[in-house]
Amino acid sequence: MTVHAQTALRWLRLPRQPLLRHLPVALVAGVVLYEVTLHLSSYDDYQVGEIASYVVALAGLSLLTGVNGQISLGHGAFMAVGAYTMGLLMNHTAGNFVLELVAATGVAAAAGLVIGLPATRLKGPYLAGMTLLFALAVPSIADKWPNTFGGDQGLTTTVPTAPGSLTAEQWLTQIQILGALIVMVLLANLLWSRYGRGFRAVRDDEIAAALAGIHLVRTKTMAFTISAGCAGLGGALLALSTGVVNTGEFPLTLSIQLLAAMVLGGTGTLIGMVWGGILLVYLPQWSTSLSNGFNLGSGGNAYLATIIFGVVLIVAMLAAPNGIQGGLRWLWAHRPRPGAGSRQPPDEVSTDDESNATERIRRSDAKTTVEA
Amino acid sequence: MSLFFDYTLDGIANGMVYAALALALVLIYRATRIINFAQGAAGMLTTFIAFSLLSRGLGYWWAFVLVLVIGFAIGAVTERLLIRPLHGKSELNPVIVTIGLLVVFEGLAGTIYGNASRGFPAAFSQRGLRVGSTTLAFSHFDVFILIAVLALMAATLVLFRYTALGLRMRASAFHREIAQLLGVRVGILLTLGWGLAGIAGSLAGLLVAPTSAFGPYYMDLILVYGFTAAVIGGLESPVGALVGGLISGLVISYVGGYFGSGLEPIGALVLLLVALMARPEGIFARPAARRV
Amino acid sequence: MLEVRDLSVSFGAVQALRSVSFDAEAGAVTAVLGANGAGKTTLLRTLSGLVKPLKGSVRFEGDALLGRRVESIARLGVAHVPEGRGVIEELTVEENLRLATLWCLHKRERQDAIAEILELFPRLQPFRRRHASMLSGGERQMLVLGRALISRPRLLLLDEPSLGLAPLVTASLMALLREQTETKGITVVLVEQNARSALSVSHRAVILNLGQVVVSDDAATLAADDALRHHYLGF
Repeated sequence: MTVHAQTALRWLRLPRQPLLRHLPVALVAGVVLYEVTLHLSSYDDYQVGEIASYVVALAGLSLLTGVNGQISLGHGAFMAVGAYTMGLLMNHTAGNFVLELVAATGVAAAAGLVIGLPATRLKGPYLAGMTLLFALAVPSIADKWPNTFGGDQGLTTTVPTAPGSLTAEQWLTQIQILGALIVMVLLANLLWSRYGRGFRAVRDDEIAAALAGIHLVRTKTMAFTISAGCAGLGGALLALSTGVVNTGEFPLTLSIQLLAAMVLGGTGTLIGMVWGGILLVYLPQWSTSLSNGFNLGSGGNAYLATIIFGVVLIVAMLAAPNGIQGGLRWLWAHRPRPGAGSRQPPDEVSTDDESNATERIRRSDAKTTVEA
Repeated sequence: MSLFFDYTLDGIANGMVYAALALALVLIYRATRIINFAQGAAGMLTTFIAFSLLSRGLGYWWAFVLVLVIGFAIGAVTERLLIRPLHGKSELNPVIVTIGLLVVFEGLAGTIYGNASRGFPAAFSQRGLRVGSTTLAFSHFDVFILIAVLALMAATLVLFRYTALGLRMRASAFHREIAQLLGVRVGILLTLGWGLAGIAGSLAGLLVAPTSAFGPYYMDLILVYGFTAAVIGGLESPVGALVGGLISGLVISYVGGYFGSGLEPIGALVLLLVALMARPEGIFARPAARRV
Repeated sequence: MLEVRDLSVSFGAVQALRSVSFDAEAGAVTAVLGANGAGKTTLLRTLSGLVKPLKGSVRFEGDALLGRRVESIARLGVAHVPEGRGVIEELTVEENLRLATLWCLHKRERQDAIAEILELFPRLQPFRRRHASMLSGGERQMLVLGRALISRPRLLLLDEPSLGLAPLVTASLMALLREQTETKGITVVLVEQNARSALSVSHRAVILNLGQVVVSDDAATLAADDALRHHYLGF
């Protein structure tokens, strides 16, 4: 076999065990969801698709912040990059939409590389500030060149023709769900591989990780790039489904809402991002009915949703840093069992999700006080 | 050449505002090692309150002072209720809390005051000063900005260097535990620090409002420009905030002038990246600074 | 007089102090000795309020110390010089000293008090307005001792003052400590790894092992007991 073929095979050789475990789950979920989309109303399908797209973006963010410990306030901007790439490709080329999705992912990942490299030198709040500035800068590029980027109207995307007897809405939703399943399986495998261990090691203690031979810059940049690619894919999928791309869809508040959704879902988990996606899609609706109750007017709805996202972030940090998924896992670990009392789950939990940064940090708090 | 001069003056005026916000960030960072991402939005909210008061006929200077006091209160309450409980845990948590607060403030302003764009009155004329036969790109209001921020800086430096309170605040910021062992009531001082930062943030909000599209998000860019300024100057130094503010203001002004308006955020991003790569500790870093 | 009764401290699963009880008298130096990790530093940090115990009681001249905030324990007249000295490097020598006077002395008295301490430690005079980061190890120890003494403490807690210091410097500091203790009637608890120098300056000694008090006796008696010394203190 040639060297190139060997290298290619090595790249494909994901760890077998986790793959065998993750794939069937994904397949079953896929079949179930497929059936569900056929029976939902058009609008409900649309929302399920939205959730799936957000899950894609959130999964990447969870990887970056929860597993690798790098906070990003700019993921809305990466979604914008993916969405605009999608829009531009659809308007200027006649390619297959799958290839265009892949291209959008790639461009967003490249943007992630550009931002991620200098980001490796930054810690916590500095990184947050830098990504915040990034989130504000990206929309200004689109505003600067309205001819290319469609200005206020933005770009429109064409809906791919649905095969067989599926409606357009069902087809779009299934595309988004498929995207989410693929991303979840890939990321789950990644987290279980040595790369995942590298991410966590760097998060927990950079110096120790470096001493153990882990290349800090490479690891952190890799996490950033993959995470940005996921956000880009999420944005591209959303662009496909909503049919339009403009800067109004990607304000700074989106990045913050992504953060809130991730925190609520469970920082560092993958499945938890489903809760996050549900929050992102249903909270604005719920807050609309709430604000109608208060007679706040049309502007008030959006703002009320924003307030609630902010409150979610604050309350979660103060009271429930592990989010919903973390809470569920705690309940599962402490469930009443016949015989032995509840035992602590091991650090490397044997599911495809990951114990999150805040849990690890609470344990290390005990360490620091002992040094007294 | 005269364009360059205009951009420079513009940069100085804007830079002073960034410096005010940077000062707020520095004060908080020194005391609690936290970047208060909600500082800009807090300034925005208090400026909206000023707007309300002014619309109801309150005199400008009364509103001005009152709003600075409210800014103090917001900062102090934030520290006491939201930040204090997080002490000792992960350093990401307070970051996320201040971000949550940012959107809460923006949402509140939007909900209470609605969407419509408004104009905020300026205390002084915004026409350029006349020097001889030329009109400078520097208005009376810009002079006010300069004086106000310099006054704030001077007051801060006097407070820190020459008063017992300032000594206590510095000690609490540099070494909380030792200060406690020496009988310093560290808790109150932290709250006070956040309150003072709130004053600086409110001042920045009031100074920017007349020249911007006055809506709930108008302080977002000021916040990140102020952050850039604080990073350049070194997050521990009030003087650094001033210098960083001027540098940022000038660079951003030149970028907007020579490369076209609308590109300022990119310029700021590049400036920030360069600063973080070249000298992350800032220009005025303290050599014996406490390492996290 | 300091009365410690039944003090227990744990950090998660680690029990740092188990039912520690001892007394320390005014005008006397009580040494707390033992190997690394025996709990000596934890003991001092519990006394000054930095660490909250599981159970036990601490009374000093009638006041209960436990459960108070660190600042308010300090304002009772308790001065804790922690491990690593705790010089605030970003402040000048004078500011370090002045900081300690803010809660207990009037403005007029502060300058005199600072002058008094600088007389006690003439080595610090030239550094009066320089940043404390410029000081050597011995000078820093003088500074923190001076900073502790300037507030006229009734209880002085010292954590390994001799760490990293040359023997001559240590000896002169210890002599000064003993003299100040006796003349001012301070209650001093002195944690030391360097048991030899500690015993030479103390009146009483307590040995901790694995968080428990194993010996509590006069310093002179302990110094004379070869077997005990060898076993617990290594010399």
